[in-house]
Amino acid sequence: MFLAMIDVLYFAWVRERIGLPREQLQSSAVTVRELVGELIAREARYAAAFADLTSLCVAVDQVLVDFDAPLKDAREVAFFPPMTGG
Amino acid sequence: MAVRVQSEPFDAGAELRAFSTAQINAGAVVTFTGIVRDQPENPLAFMEIEHYPGMTQKALADIRQTACARWALADALVIHRFGKLTVGEDIMMVATASKHRKDAFEAAEFLMDYLKSRAPFWKKEHAKKGTDWVAQRAEDEAALKRW
Repeated sequence: MFLAMIDVLYFAWVRERIGLPREQLQSSAVTVRELVGELIAREARYAAAFADLTSLCVAVDQVLVDFDAPLKDAREVAFFPPMTGG
Repeated sequence: MAVRVQSEPFDAGAELRAFSTAQINAGAVVTFTGIVRDQPENPLAFMEIEHYPGMTQKALADIRQTACARWALADALVIHRFGKLTVGEDIMMVATASKHRKDAFEAAEFLMDYLKSRAPFWKKEHAKKGTDWVAQRAEDEAALKRW
């Protein structure tokens, strides 16, 4: 099984629920959704943060994608609530 | 610099003056400034704006580039702040310049609609009754569909 090192970033209330802004972890996930599954399996605070994916956005290498996007060669994955700029 | 992300305050009047003066072929300049507003029912102590360093600049530049490709713009400027802001402070501004006003107006609206929902900023209100992340409004997401 191939394990990749990925920087995972959290913003706004996702960061607050998980309790840290970023972490580096090893993952065998092929898609974002699989990575979320790995995180949820770790601890309850991840399960709480990822309870409703429809209220979350994800960016892979700083580009917005959907949860079925592949993680191939991804270095950075960021999870955050819908953006409120302007 | 056509896109700026900064924590420091900016002078919207001076920015507009500099932007307008730099235009040679534009007959129209449109600007929008977003400011921190108070909420009488729950007075705001301050607003905290978080962003995604690295992605923010790129996302704003992409949105600006899309506007420049779609409308006949002579120039477009986007400034957006992050950090702690108090009531009345300017959060962000956009300015567009075009030969005639229609392009400048439409492009400014497009920029605002996309900045609202596609630029990685998150607002947290620190008010008398507690702190709360500002939720995205359904109409903000719906506004993108008209483009």
